[in-house]
Amino acid sequence: MLEEPHDIALTVNGVHRTARAPARRLLSDLLRHDLGLTGTHVGCEHGVCGCCTVLLDGDPVRSCLLFAVTAAGHEVTTVEGLAAPDGTPSPVQRAFRECHGLQCGFCTPGFLCTVTALLRETPRPTEDQVLEGISGNLCRCTGYQNIVKSVRRAAELAAADGAATDEGTA
Amino acid sequence: MKPPPFRYHAPRTLEEALDVLAADPSAKVLAGGQSLVPLLNMRLAAPSALVDINRVAGLDVLRVRDDGVRVGALARHARVERSAEAGAVQPLLRLALRHVAHPVIRNRGTVVGSLAHADPAAELPAVLALVGGTVEVASAAGRRTVRADAFFRGPLEPALEPGDLAVSAFFPALPPRTGAAFAETSRRHGDYALAGAAATVALDRDLRVTSARAAYLGVAATPLVLDLTGAAGPAGDWAAASAHVLERVEPEADIHASADYRRHLTGVLTARVLRAAAAGALRDLRKAEGC
Ligand SMILES: Cc1cc2nc3c(=O)[nH]c(=O)nc-3n(C[C@H](O)[C@H](O)[C@H](O)COP(=O)(O)OP(=O)(O)OC[C@H]3O[C@@H](n4cnc5c(N)ncnc54)[C@H](O)[C@@H]3O)c2cc1C
Ligand code: FES
Ligand code: FES
Repeated sequence: MLEEPHDIALTVNGVHRTARAPARRLLSDLLRHDLGLTGTHVGCEHGVCGCCTVLLDGDPVRSCLLFAVTAAGHEVTTVEGLAAPDGTPSPVQRAFRECHGLQCGFCTPGFLCTVTALLRETPRPTEDQVLEGISGNLCRCTGYQNIVKSVRRAAELAAADGAATDEGTA
Repeated sequence: MKPPPFRYHAPRTLEEALDVLAADPSAKVLAGGQSLVPLLNMRLAAPSALVDINRVAGLDVLRVRDDGVRVGALARHARVERSAEAGAVQPLLRLALRHVAHPVIRNRGTVVGSLAHADPAAELPAVLALVGGTVEVASAAGRRTVRADAFFRGPLEPALEPGDLAVSAFFPALPPRTGAAFAETSRRHGDYALAGAAATVALDRDLRVTSARAAYLGVAATPLVLDLTGAAGPAGDWAAASAHVLERVEPEADIHASADYRRHLTGVLTARVLRAAAAGALRDLRKAEGC
């Protein structure tokens, strides 16, 4: 079958991006191959490992289970878009670094996106909420203990950042 | 692996979607994609075309009324799970949705898509079957309402013909003085269950059991609904009800669990959900009586 290409326009990390790709192009592959954003990793391609997780209009989703054509017109945030515009790592990124929440780093982009959304919705998660929140992401290296610590630390850092901003504007 | 090529349609209206589906009998509906895209990625499915319904206006309804909850084809698991109104009218929705995959999958997957996928190990088909719900199906030829017991025809075999689109599903409200419970056992949290059970128990004012029903997932080709009122008796003998269930289930073995283990789980889960549902009914009665 000769594949008809589709013009796909979407916002990625705040920037308007376009690409021409067949309908079967997964969002994960569009990000990596067409847009050169290789921070989003691909492991299983059937929704199980979570390392391809990105934010779609703010909600974490599997980019390997979403066709780029379906995401057209929407806002996507990848791991490359989590830091501040000046490059300052986000609270979640700082926490993972501080608490050794990664070893090889393959799973990390998915965890960072998942946890960013988790803490936005639940700024002070209980232990159970943390475990449930990251239950869909697999890590072959860390044994998860330091990832759980990172999530808790990220909640503290985000709260401190929020307090600092509040003071700054008061 | 990568999905095989397909023609892609992104209709904006239901009429347009039904026309495209009518014109191509081997086209498939794409909703949340959380079951279909893995199948495509693994090349276990190769539809000629996909009709992506994500842009179809009017399908994202979640309407809660006293008589039940209507869930449109674009209402995602996460949204239904979070709806306190839906949970108050039919608590089994929430209770079951917590066991459907992981939160991130639930952000995309749809309730109606899960029914249309008709996986025998899925939670929502068992819930629809237990509460006697229906699926509203549309095609270019017209509309029909399909009852749950007719909708699940076999494993991954819903009562949907080429050209059909499931527009919504209706989950009737939990009746008064009735409690509901859901439990399952899986290898890892978020996995499809080895076996699972949903139950409703109704009590009268003298605290006699007037109805005890359970639905099972993972132990038959389609959701299995059993009326356990007689087996449990008015006093609610849950052990007797479990023993009754053990004689009626014929689970299959697979790499995840032996048939015997699944049967054992079915018994354990039966007692657990019936007890929890009865406790719920009791709470409901006490609340109604204000004591
Ligand atoms: C890692 C992982 C774990 C999972 N675990 C579970 C689990 O524990 N329990 C569980 O129940 N599910 C589980 N799922 C599946 C998930 O719940 C899916 O969301 C659901 O089964 C299908 O919904 P969907 O909207 O994603 O449908 P899609 O994937 O888009 O479609 C599934 C099928 O239904 C058809 N279809 C969809 N919508 C319609 C419609 N409106 N009309 C006609 N046909 C339609 C499609 O053509 C396709 O054949 C899991 C998925 C993943 C990736
Ligand atoms: S690559 Fe998407 S979940 Fe594994
Ligand atoms: S750090 Fe290696 S997989 Fe998680």
